[in-house]
Amino acid sequence: MTGRQVAVVGAGPAGLAAARAALGAGAEVTLIDAARQLGGQYHRTPPEEYAASRPEALQHGWPAFAKLRRELLGHPRCAWWPETSVWALERRDPGQQGPPRVHLLRGPADGSHRVRQILEPDALVLACGAHDRVLPFPGWELPGVFTAGAAQTLAKGERLMVGEQVVVAGSGPFLLPVAASLVEAGSRVLAVLEANPAAVLARGWSRKPWQLAAQLGKAGELIDFTGQLVRGRVPFRTGRTVIEARGAGRVEEVVTARLRPDWSVVRGSERTLAVDAVCVSHGFSPQLELPVAAGCALRGTPGAQFVQTDARQRTTADGVWAAGEITGIAGAPAARAEGAVAGWYAGGGSPAARALPALRRSRDQGRDFAARLARAHPIGAAWPGWLGPRTLVCRCEETDYATLCRAVQEQPGAAARTAKLATRAGLGPCQARVCGPTVTELAARLRGAAPDAVPADGLPAAGPHHRPFAQPIRLGELARPPEPPDAAPEHHGA
Amino acid sequence: MCGTRAVVVGAGIVGAACARELALAGFAVTVVDRGGAASATTAHGEGNILLSDKGPGPELELAKLSRQLWPQVLAEIADRSASGAESVRAVEWEPKGGIVVATTAGGARALARFAAGQRAAGVRAEHLDAGQLAAIEPLLTRDHQAAVYYPDDAQVQPAAAATALLADALTFRCELRTGCDVLGAVTRGGRLIGLRTSTGLLEAELFVNAAGPWAGEVAARLGAPIDVRPRRGDVLVTTPLPPTVFHKVYDADYVGAVSSDDGGLQTSAVVESTRAGSVLLGSSRRRVGFDDRLRPEVLAAVATKALRLFPVLATASVMRAYGGFRPYVPDHLPVVGADPRLAGLWHAGGHEGAGIGLSLGTAQLLRALVLGRPAPIDTAPFQADRPAVLGQTSTQEDS
Ligand SMILES: Cc1cc2nc3c(=O)[nH]c(=O)nc-3n(C[C@H](O)[C@H](O)[C@H](O)COP(=O)(O)OP(=O)(O)OC[C@H]3O[C@@H](n4cnc5c(N)ncnc54)[C@H](O)[C@@H]3O)c2cc1C
Ligand SMILES: Cc1cc2nc3c(=O)[nH]c(=O)nc-3n(C[C@H](O)[C@H](O)[C@H](O)COP(=O)(O)OP(=O)(O)OC[C@H]3O[C@@H](n4cnc5c(N)ncnc54)[C@H](O)[C@@H]3O)c2cc1C
Repeated sequence: MTGRQVAVVGAGPAGLAAARAALGAGAEVTLIDAARQLGGQYHRTPPEEYAASRPEALQHGWPAFAKLRRELLGHPRCAWWPETSVWALERRDPGQQGPPRVHLLRGPADGSHRVRQILEPDALVLACGAHDRVLPFPGWELPGVFTAGAAQTLAKGERLMVGEQVVVAGSGPFLLPVAASLVEAGSRVLAVLEANPAAVLARGWSRKPWQLAAQLGKAGELIDFTGQLVRGRVPFRTGRTVIEARGAGRVEEVVTARLRPDWSVVRGSERTLAVDAVCVSHGFSPQLELPVAAGCALRGTPGAQFVQTDARQRTTADGVWAAGEITGIAGAPAARAEGAVAGWYAGGGSPAARALPALRRSRDQGRDFAARLARAHPIGAAWPGWLGPRTLVCRCEETDYATLCRAVQEQPGAAARTAKLATRAGLGPCQARVCGPTVTELAARLRGAAPDAVPADGLPAAGPHHRPFAQPIRLGELARPPEPPDAAPEHHGA
Repeated sequence: MCGTRAVVVGAGIVGAACARELALAGFAVTVVDRGGAASATTAHGEGNILLSDKGPGPELELAKLSRQLWPQVLAEIADRSASGAESVRAVEWEPKGGIVVATTAGGARALARFAAGQRAAGVRAEHLDAGQLAAIEPLLTRDHQAAVYYPDDAQVQPAAAATALLADALTFRCELRTGCDVLGAVTRGGRLIGLRTSTGLLEAELFVNAAGPWAGEVAARLGAPIDVRPRRGDVLVTTPLPPTVFHKVYDADYVGAVSSDDGGLQTSAVVESTRAGSVLLGSSRRRVGFDDRLRPEVLAAVATKALRLFPVLATASVMRAYGGFRPYVPDHLPVVGADPRLAGLWHAGGHEGAGIGLSLGTAQLLRALVLGRPAPIDTAPFQADRPAVLGQTSTQEDS
């Protein structure tokens, strides 16, 4: 036993692997997730009532997951804190070593009795995952337009059908499993539209997308999905996407169009399709608010940033490791490999451990996979061609494209923060989680880099991931003093 | 003054207001900022334009002057052009009035005394009884000892206000250079004749240091250091709510916090709703240098104070917090005037938690001083040639 206290934020594939590895290294682990169940986005566990029936049908790799879950929940050094969200990270005083203080809210989010707690771990593993990146298009604010992730969560977690007649559109290999989940939940999927033309996919993959899984050596998860799709006769089209959703009060039809490799629309190729739901995902946005709050450096370009880590999954912030989709988008197996490396080192494990080389290899394969994924599913530079002046870029605040253009192109108001306050884009309840990367990208094209991109002393950079409150907190909850950390974790061995 | 060149360092609200006055006076103005315009302190605070928190004295005189100028200046800008009118709409000027509430007996006595002094100095300050208070602010706690209504307190969206002032200046002989860091001075015969900047040399006859909490650093770079320090404040923002708070509501502790020299944490509740429906809850005062860390316990203290005034807000969700650094001079008075050591250099700043409100009056005083004309109020208390500004105060309050 190393006796190190490791806090793992996120119980998806990365966080679970990190917890297991840290336990293996001898650490005491607190595994934290805002959700009620272990599993994260990938193993979106249905509520117990539904799970009883036949979870394997919805879940791939279920037996391995169930085993890991039993192992963690039964481990004497592992405390599982479900329905616990990290709402803030508080960096230490300058000169002090160690990870930030972890500020938690515990209890059901819709309940009125969440309590505050503070953890001061020796090591912090961040594995908070990603959510779909959705590009705006006319009508995307209509009810019936879902992110693919939300639709999948409803289908997998609640077995809810988002619609009878559905189109799945965007880019990325996860469109297929999403479609499969929808079919499983009873929807008719009219088409899966991959915006990138086959040539771009082939350049990235050199093979057909559904053969990717084999490259990672993982037992054909995607092939399985594709099998289901073929059986369900869902057409998979490349080089076509949804450029508009229409309807009175909710989606009634979508306009699809052929795209060139840069995602410019081939005029005359438009078709309308009657649907009652459309699921879109144009890629992923990592949940970077906690890494940013912890002081971790990011890599990448504006609109496509990830946490920077070294060979040991260490971030640039002392005592903070990162794993999974916040470091790059490569699917669950890669997230698991990263999590294992992160957890091992965070737990104080020896760099000479025998299992490490294999883990690192699989992590490196994962990184390679992420790079290919990015190459095969780029966002085409001409996508803003879909936007009309009245198209909303921020749904929460109903800011339209024309307003954004005006704000960032007029001299005195062009700075990112000033334009944000003026247009209100990103100030609403989602706090720019949805529109942040898009607005940053559009603004950079319209005016070049923001003059306040380099922050003044003490003020945060005007980046799209600065969200000091990672989760909303009620004033009453904030005002009550934090409770002392539990002497004995509640969910031991559940 | 036609064509005399002036450089304003800092495109916050103070720099914007000064640039506008100088441009109106006929100067050829260049505004430089190392970041973007209106994106530093001016975009990290609140937009209260207050008389209620100021006791009799020079700052109150500047506040009264500024309060009178706000609607006039906004009207001038709106009348100038359609785009001016649009920029003024974005300012969200709301003369909604403020209410100061004392929740303790001691606070009530202090408030009564304070308000009496203000009334003698010409501020409208009306005592509210419990019934009147409940009628105009129905969700406020009934658990209070005294309340005073200040009909002249108002509110703006500060970054938009600075943008509107600057945009108006730019319609005259005025130019804005962002991403331009002022690095040092070029002097001749003891006179400042140019600035070395990250984008080249900038020559002029007149230079205004309006660099907010960084004014001390800028002045030092120019070889004429002044003592302007940062005092951190944090603000909480709720998700949009149905109408809950109708005026600007403060607890009477506010009165004490502003002029206090205590370096530790102070909080006093300032509760106001914005046009978008969010409620802003301010604010704390801490002397922590330029420490950008969010401190949950500070935010908890702000929340606690706010809930004392509006218990109904307990279930409101806070979705964001932000903070900035109020620029202050150790004697808690702004600095407006010529540097006594370096001819050609002027200072305008150090307004602490009132720079938005006081910006317009400050700019008018600066214009009068520069032109050698009589100023609408006495400028002597704000002169740069005073020990607190020149760093000659003995106590070192800051860490
Ligand atoms: C729609 C969709 C379909 C996919 N299909 C496949 C597939 O078929 N095959 C495949 O290999 N991969 C697939 N993936 C990708 C796979 O889900 C991810 O690679 C994997 O889940 C990433 O694991 P992770 O641990 O990084 O993050 P996640 O699984 O997302 O887990 C992150 C966890 O962190 C928690 N969290 C975040 N912030 C906080 C906070 N502040 N406080 C507390 N908890 C927090 C979240 O609640 C979440 O449970 C799919 C992804 C999506 C979105
Ligand atoms: C939490 C909080 C709440 C507040 N609430 C209120 C309120 O309700 N009402 C009110 O009136 N006031 C309020 N204030 C105070 C108000 O925000 C400030 O007094 C005011 O914004 C200061 O404006 P400024 O133009 O002096 O400074 P700033 O807005 O900081 O502008 C200074 C500019 O100088 C630039 N600069 C700095 N160094 C250099 C350099 N070397 N070269 C070039 N440029 C440089 C900076 O980039 C910056 O843009 C509040 C402040 C805070 C922090």
